[in-house]
Amino acid sequence: MPRRKKRKEIFALGNEAVVEGALLAGCSFYGGYPITPSSEIMEIMAARLPKIEGGVFLQLEDEIASMGAIIGASLAGRKAMTATSGPGFSLMQENLGYAIMAEAPLVLVNVMRGGPSTGLPTSPAQADVQQARWGTHGDHPIIVLSASNVQECLDMTITAFNMAEKYRTPVILLLDEVTSHTREKIEIPNAGEYEVFSRTVPSMPPEWYKPYEETVRGVPPMPPVGSGYRFHVTGLTHDRNGFPTQRPEEIVELLERIHRKIDQFFYDIQLVEEIRTEDAEVCVIAYGSVARSAELAVQQARDNGVKAGLLKLKTLFPYPRRHQEKILAKARTIIVPEMNMGQISREVKRVNMGRASVRTINRIDGRIVAPSEILKVIMQG
Amino acid sequence: MSKFAGNEIIHQYLRHNKKFPHVLCAGCGHGIVLGTLIRSIHSLGIPKDDVVVVAGIGCSGRLAVYVDFNTIHTTHGRALSFATGIKMANPRLNVICLMGDGDALSIGGNHLIHAARRNIGVTALVLNNNIYGMTGGQSSPATPEGATTMTNPYGQLDKSFDTVELARGAGANFVARGTVFHVNRLEKIMVQAIERPGFSLVEAITPCHTQFGRKNKYKSPVDMYNWLKKTAITVERYNELPENKREGRLPIGVFVERDRIGFEEQYYAMQRQLLKPAAKGGK
Repeated sequence: MPRRKKRKEIFALGNEAVVEGALLAGCSFYGGYPITPSSEIMEIMAARLPKIEGGVFLQLEDEIASMGAIIGASLAGRKAMTATSGPGFSLMQENLGYAIMAEAPLVLVNVMRGGPSTGLPTSPAQADVQQARWGTHGDHPIIVLSASNVQECLDMTITAFNMAEKYRTPVILLLDEVTSHTREKIEIPNAGEYEVFSRTVPSMPPEWYKPYEETVRGVPPMPPVGSGYRFHVTGLTHDRNGFPTQRPEEIVELLERIHRKIDQFFYDIQLVEEIRTEDAEVCVIAYGSVARSAELAVQQARDNGVKAGLLKLKTLFPYPRRHQEKILAKARTIIVPEMNMGQISREVKRVNMGRASVRTINRIDGRIVAPSEILKVIMQG
Repeated sequence: MSKFAGNEIIHQYLRHNKKFPHVLCAGCGHGIVLGTLIRSIHSLGIPKDDVVVVAGIGCSGRLAVYVDFNTIHTTHGRALSFATGIKMANPRLNVICLMGDGDALSIGGNHLIHAARRNIGVTALVLNNNIYGMTGGQSSPATPEGATTMTNPYGQLDKSFDTVELARGAGANFVARGTVFHVNRLEKIMVQAIERPGFSLVEAITPCHTQFGRKNKYKSPVDMYNWLKKTAITVERYNELPENKREGRLPIGVFVERDRIGFEEQYYAMQRQLLKPAAKGGK
């Protein structure tokens, strides 16, 4: 094997790593509104993007406009993103639904903080998990990713852009304040060491093009606005031409397709890390910074002779059901530590269907879940 | 040419694959505004591919679907934020925003003042019918004081917005008002608005007989057009009127003409400066 070219190493915040990842993935448009603890993403973008040919950085009047602007940019052919935190995430839900309906690829980073309302602006939480899933109204599919350390912030941002482009959908990256404000050494991958996916553009002449056509993958090709393919984009239920429709068969076709295009690629979208799960009788399911605590707790439990394991979720939605099914073959106890009142544990229990005993550890006081807390519950079996 | 141009021009720009009839009521002025917009674009010779029509929600929002441009029907009040993103992403495009009065002045008021302040190169067309038409005739921020609506059955108490003064105060490059009764004048204004770089706003007064007129003593659509005919006065003549005679008159024409360059031009000029080799090694 040829020797790998040495990667550039930097000492970076989670939020900085998000920017590095986004730029590697080809992001050329950022629209946002400042909010703690996500603001570094915006500030670094403000310094970097204007120095890249064609790169656009735009500070908008609020989070509603931020989403509007990046959807506009996405329709005009750009890879676009925004970043926010709890209250801003709530404001973005309206146009997030539009992006799902219009099938506009984009990346939305939400650095979670305690809530409800203004809550705990400078403390960590994981309280937006179900908002990420169901925050915008109507039945809809959504891809929600997470990262548990600074390197993953970079890697998962690239993944988020790739999935957004591949499936023509908004992708939400959920970070927590610990991950985004931790500074650690990370490696920047060299060109060619990571995949970059860009949306498929139509190859047929404009007069043949149907913007919302049924395709095998369920993802129609998408030309940039102004490239000669003139069509209609709307948040109303629409037919294959993009024109509003109220015909039952056309409504069903559209909504089923936008669900199917995500559901049928579950093997590509559902990302997890399985740590010593092969024979685990006690298994922790965790994500974000809590997964780091859980990893240490699992190691310590193993040192004490307990067959413990960790299923680290990198994709939260669509929920990695088949990976949980796999651990359920052995595990008699599943432990779900979270910095909320129990949001992903709902999914865990839904898949568990009474098979293992599901125990939750919940912190809502703006403090992290320590390894010792998780270890204590593991040792109780 | 546009003065006598009829349906031949309009038909070139309508979507033949879109099933008519349209959603507008008989007597509605929205179609006149759309026709004016089409003739303006035609007379400027802008190719269809280079025009992006971004619309909000409401009767005015529905206009976008009928025309053969790049059309984007957005969320309520947010059209200008989408338009800002498109213009920044591709400054070559002519971006035209169609909004209603509720759309632009109420739910989208913040986006309107900031688009004007930023001076983004977008043409905003505010179709003001003084009412929420599509939702059934509720008060909008442009409903005149004292008018009767579904949500003000005992008379509107609050004052309405003056769209022109609002846009002027917020810093728009070009601000004008026209009515659907004064079509040729409206077309001239629209041509100027589209041509001018930076943010331009045209308020088009377009009557809604169905939801506003019937409840406010305009028995037929014709009464509403007569009202426009009687109350509208050119801004030049309006300014000559003594204060006590201005009450109830509607000044139309061009109110603001500034020459600030558009935000997108400013931004890309800054970028060119930053990318100059000299600037890179400067520090």
